[in-house]
Amino acid sequence: MIKVENLHKHFGGFHAVDGATLEIADGSITGLIGPNGAGKTTLFNVIAGVLPPTSGRVSMAGEDITGLPPHELFHKGVLRTFQIAHEFGSMSCRENLMMVPAGQSGETLWNTWFGRKRIADEERALRAKADEVLEFLTIEHLADHKAGQVSGGQKKLLELGRTMMVDAKIVFLDEVGAGVNRTLLNTIGDAIIRLNKERGYTFVVIEHDMDFIGRLCDPVICMAEGKVLAEGTLDEIKANEQVIEAYLGTGLKNKQKEEA
Amino acid sequence: MDFLNAIVALSNFVIIPAVAYGSQLAIGALGVTLIYGILRFSNFAHGDTMAFGTMVVILFTWWFQSMGISIAPLPTALLALPFGILFTALLLVGTDRVVYRFYRRQKSVPVIYLIVSLGVMFILNGLVRFIIGPGDQRFADGARFLIKARDFKEMTGLKEGLAIKSSQGITVITAVIVVALLFWFLNKTRTGKSMRAFSDNEDLALLSGINPERVVLITWLIVAALATVAGTLYGLDKSFKPFTYFQLLLPIFASAIVGGLGSPIGAIAGGFVIAFSEVTITYAWKKVLTYLMPDALDPSGLVQLLATEYKFAVSFVILVIVLLFRPTGLFKGKAL
Repeated sequence: MIKVENLHKHFGGFHAVDGATLEIADGSITGLIGPNGAGKTTLFNVIAGVLPPTSGRVSMAGEDITGLPPHELFHKGVLRTFQIAHEFGSMSCRENLMMVPAGQSGETLWNTWFGRKRIADEERALRAKADEVLEFLTIEHLADHKAGQVSGGQKKLLELGRTMMVDAKIVFLDEVGAGVNRTLLNTIGDAIIRLNKERGYTFVVIEHDMDFIGRLCDPVICMAEGKVLAEGTLDEIKANEQVIEAYLGTGLKNKQKEEA
Repeated sequence: MDFLNAIVALSNFVIIPAVAYGSQLAIGALGVTLIYGILRFSNFAHGDTMAFGTMVVILFTWWFQSMGISIAPLPTALLALPFGILFTALLLVGTDRVVYRFYRRQKSVPVIYLIVSLGVMFILNGLVRFIIGPGDQRFADGARFLIKARDFKEMTGLKEGLAIKSSQGITVITAVIVVALLFWFLNKTRTGKSMRAFSDNEDLALLSGINPERVVLITWLIVAALATVAGTLYGLDKSFKPFTYFQLLLPIFASAIVGGLGSPIGAIAGGFVIAFSEVTITYAWKKVLTYLMPDALDPSGLVQLLATEYKFAVSFVILVIVLLFRPTGLFKGKAL
């Protein structure tokens, strides 16, 4: 369980995250919604160790993980993806996935020269795993393409695939659906649900697509101006006056009235 | 016959020296480019790092010579090379721990690193002069020539002689080995791939569990090896003088920038571009032209475009031209 307590992140006078407090239950798929500039991505960045918090505390299963650097969080099973997909452009998609698992024996200079056999065995296993992941994501035909050259949506899938290369505990998905077509979005949604059910990944999803959120997420947290505005099921959130004011807009309210 | 003589003269005075010099610049530029690719700053201390490495090699060479250890006909310096690399690695890793790591924690911008490296440069500069003195040191021993000019003349019956110094042969062979090893390392090994990944996209590399301190450490180790090798080869070929190594910074940076900072292939290509330009422009073409032209058109002057004193101007001019027309360098630098 991730617990965020009274977290602040200030950039000069601008309070991007302004006292956010929330809990993420193990095994849940938590949706994080809110208007642009609500501090969702900054919150991710602080939790994932990219930015140090100004104040506040982040803990995982009771252990304080505030401000740990990203590579250490990775070893604790905390992973994230980026709003704009990142990739190692000059490497193939398969190599991109094979980069992920840390602690490979090829990482020491000694083994590089004297442990060739062990590295080769390990790489074979990794390769098989990477191919499996690519197949799961339905992009196995791109295995040998340079990751810098595949489409934006496929890069998003690759980002998700990266989290499947290791046994993650909790994965933060930052707008995994942005710029992705419907069919692909459904594929991503299926993948997320399967990972959650079969492997017990906890997900936190930033998304603007309410259908996607509705299908995947329970609970949903709404942020605005760096604070947590409301938390509950999507229906509860949709009915919350403050949320409608800040994010969903009154259009929705009128529509709901008409429907009623 | 005149045509053959012209080719031999050209090889002797232009091609062979330029290939050797180019290899030395290429290895030097590889070090600069690796640091730029991983640590994202231009390391002005690189020339003096080379001087430090070479100094250690010289001290060990002298020690070995005094004990009568030699690997003749190869120069004793090759035997001392691993020790030079070791000491340089210690120095660089120490500098990183004491100086650069501080700025890494502050997440300083590249220009601060650059100024810091300038400070490191002055300290190394003083350190080397303090230990070995500012003067010229010769430490080449073993066979002087692979092919002597006179032997070549007797062998072929040509008027022009072709001499290949053993230092030139060693330079080229060592350069090929070093470059092959480096590329194998970067492209085929897990450690090398993490370096490339780190250089390509630091954020993602961190979030993939790559430990930045490890990558940085390995980079310094490789740079230590490259700098010491480059410095020793240059010293064997010419001679060792701390100030010359400081001056080498310009052609080395020109090579790295011309090829594209951050691109290893670019560094090698850049090294040869700079070396060939420098040698061809400062070479007196009179001899070659005399062989090639009809007698009536024999040049009366030296046909030397620039005096050798101005050879550094060549690096500058190429640098300016490349930055004007292709600022990213010939091979689009940025990531390893």
